[in-house]
Amino acid sequence: MSASPSAREEILSRIRAAVPADRSDEPENITRTYQRIGSLRRETCLDLLLDRLADYESEILHVAEESGLPAAIAQALNNAHEHSVLVDPSFPAAWLPQGFDIVPDNNLSIHAMNGIPAVVTTCEAASASTGTIYLVHGGPQGRRAITLLPDHHICLLNRSHVYELVPEALAAIASHSSEPITTISGPSATSDIEMTRIRGVHGPRHLTVILYGRI
Amino acid sequence: MSIRVGKTSKAPDFPIAAVTALENAQLRQNVHHATEVIRNKRALRVRETADWQELRNAAHDIKQHTLKHLDHYLIEFERNCQQAGGTVHWARDADEANAIAIGLIQQYGGEEVIKVKTMTSDEVQMNVALEKAGITPHETDLADMIVQLGEDEPSHIVVPALHKNRFEIRDIFRKKMSLPHLTAEPEALAGAARQYLRERFMRVKIGISGANFAIAETGSVCVVESEGNGRMCVTLPDVLITLVGIEKIIPTFQDLEVFLQLLPRSATGERMNPYNSLWTGVRKGDGPQAFHVILLDNGRTKLMHSEMERETLDCIRCGACLNACPVYRETGGHAYGSIYSGPIGAILSPQLNSLQYSRTLPFASSLCGACYEVCPVKINIPEILIHLRGRVVRDDQKTISGTFSQMNLAMKGAALVFGSRRRYEAAQRLGRMGQKLFEKNGQLEHLPGMAGGWTRFRDLRPLPKQAFRDWWKAREAARPSPESEPRP
Repeated sequence: MSASPSAREEILSRIRAAVPADRSDEPENITRTYQRIGSLRRETCLDLLLDRLADYESEILHVAEESGLPAAIAQALNNAHEHSVLVDPSFPAAWLPQGFDIVPDNNLSIHAMNGIPAVVTTCEAASASTGTIYLVHGGPQGRRAITLLPDHHICLLNRSHVYELVPEALAAIASHSSEPITTISGPSATSDIEMTRIRGVHGPRHLTVILYGRI
Repeated sequence: MSIRVGKTSKAPDFPIAAVTALENAQLRQNVHHATEVIRNKRALRVRETADWQELRNAAHDIKQHTLKHLDHYLIEFERNCQQAGGTVHWARDADEANAIAIGLIQQYGGEEVIKVKTMTSDEVQMNVALEKAGITPHETDLADMIVQLGEDEPSHIVVPALHKNRFEIRDIFRKKMSLPHLTAEPEALAGAARQYLRERFMRVKIGISGANFAIAETGSVCVVESEGNGRMCVTLPDVLITLVGIEKIIPTFQDLEVFLQLLPRSATGERMNPYNSLWTGVRKGDGPQAFHVILLDNGRTKLMHSEMERETLDCIRCGACLNACPVYRETGGHAYGSIYSGPIGAILSPQLNSLQYSRTLPFASSLCGACYEVCPVKINIPEILIHLRGRVVRDDQKTISGTFSQMNLAMKGAALVFGSRRRYEAAQRLGRMGQKLFEKNGQLEHLPGMAGGWTRFRDLRPLPKQAFRDWWKAREAARPSPESEPRP
């Protein structure tokens, strides 16, 4: 190795030579006057989410009680003519429907996953204003690949996890900020051809959101 | 040291390159259509966001704060990323970044890589370097694929194939994917890309990505995308290499709440893009088990000395200024001759590289201010353009040919004339006499010399017989003296 300073040292010293000597400003001085707390009533907030999800052409199913989940998952699979579904092994067995081929992700290879048409997971939070679902990977939300390779993602969303704003939803998952996180807003899409949003490129082309639980 | 911004060491002169673009009617039509669609969508999404200006202010503050303390935040990012199992490399310039990437790929025994759209990799021309080293890069973003398969150059920061319409894309795919019966329906084209790439996603063991944001507090990286190719590239391979411009650092996870609201609305006019991926180092049993970050300078630290130039580094690459720019909308991106086009390209490329790279790009603007108005992080692009024009002129004035150039003499003359009332009025009289030689049908149709550039495309109204100040003088003289006027 040469005696010249490392790239790291050189870049850092270039920065230090460039920035002003007085650097007393604190991050607390950043003006955060934008909306950080929602103002909508719970019912309106939920309606907003439904509107956004529909705008992205997601399928939406509603159940009142957890006991309705197996039937709703079955309906989502039947609607898409699918017979097998991938789940994380920690996914609650009581929520799974009968009569389908349930494939637990016991360290499946990506090739094995690729052949399965659907996956069902839970999620951590949602922001209504943008129609976004937040997955914190691991547990019943699965590792990243299982929600990526199947063409149909069925996601269970607890109504009490719906927030109005992006800042609220991110605050709700902030304690998991070092874990792998994926945010999903509708099915995979592209605007690369003449700037028109077209559904479905590489990620799941179908997204079903099943709402359950109390508001 | 070799700072590189795109393919060539010098961009072509903009006025000359622009002519080629302007003569291509199909390209102009495509660019017009696409920018019109995206502008309208953006406007709609911005209008419904009540706190848009507050978000812009916060973004600007966060970026300025971060750049001022960049050494601190880079070290914090490095520490947290390494603690989570990542490895951080530093690259002073394009060649160093490419050498690190190639070294890593060879170390892991890779002969091909899958790539998710990264402008920074285009900036350092990584694909060219990889191919030279015998490594095949597969671009996986739909538009990047269109550019790569069509052996073309990107023309837009967000939508690199914006200059191609569906029929041109169909023709490229038919030829390169051996699909002779492919139709031009956008759904069919997207489906073809899905099929073509799925096998590569499953097979290739090394992924290369850029980063939209790198979070100091957690050491996490965030990639913002739509198609899912990004998720594929950062999840499925065994090894992931992420190239990050040092200005992509943000201090905290919380700061995402600002940028994730601004970026999609500005870039594609969506409330939120379909996918954002966030990961921190290596997660056992989930995703790549080897993760390398390359922190890239490549000229960025040069922009940090002055407060005004530093603002250029606030850019989050949304492309809104391109879509809003009346110059870009006519010429498209190729005329800029740089990987970064449009208003942001006109200020970023010459600063990252050097003014020698392009002395015409700072002039490729009408200074109308539309770029500043739409910028989600409030970069005052017109002000920086004027500042750079000033630098080009001062530079020119140091040379003999620059000192005696028509433009410099004319400007010096103008400064002299505008500096004194007597000289100004004399010049007006002179002008009124001189213009008689060129007046035709009450218009000036052909002026000589440099002014001919203006009249080549437009008629000019001649100076009026009576100037405003003559009229004013006459009016004042005719009025009764102020003392005799009744006060209100």
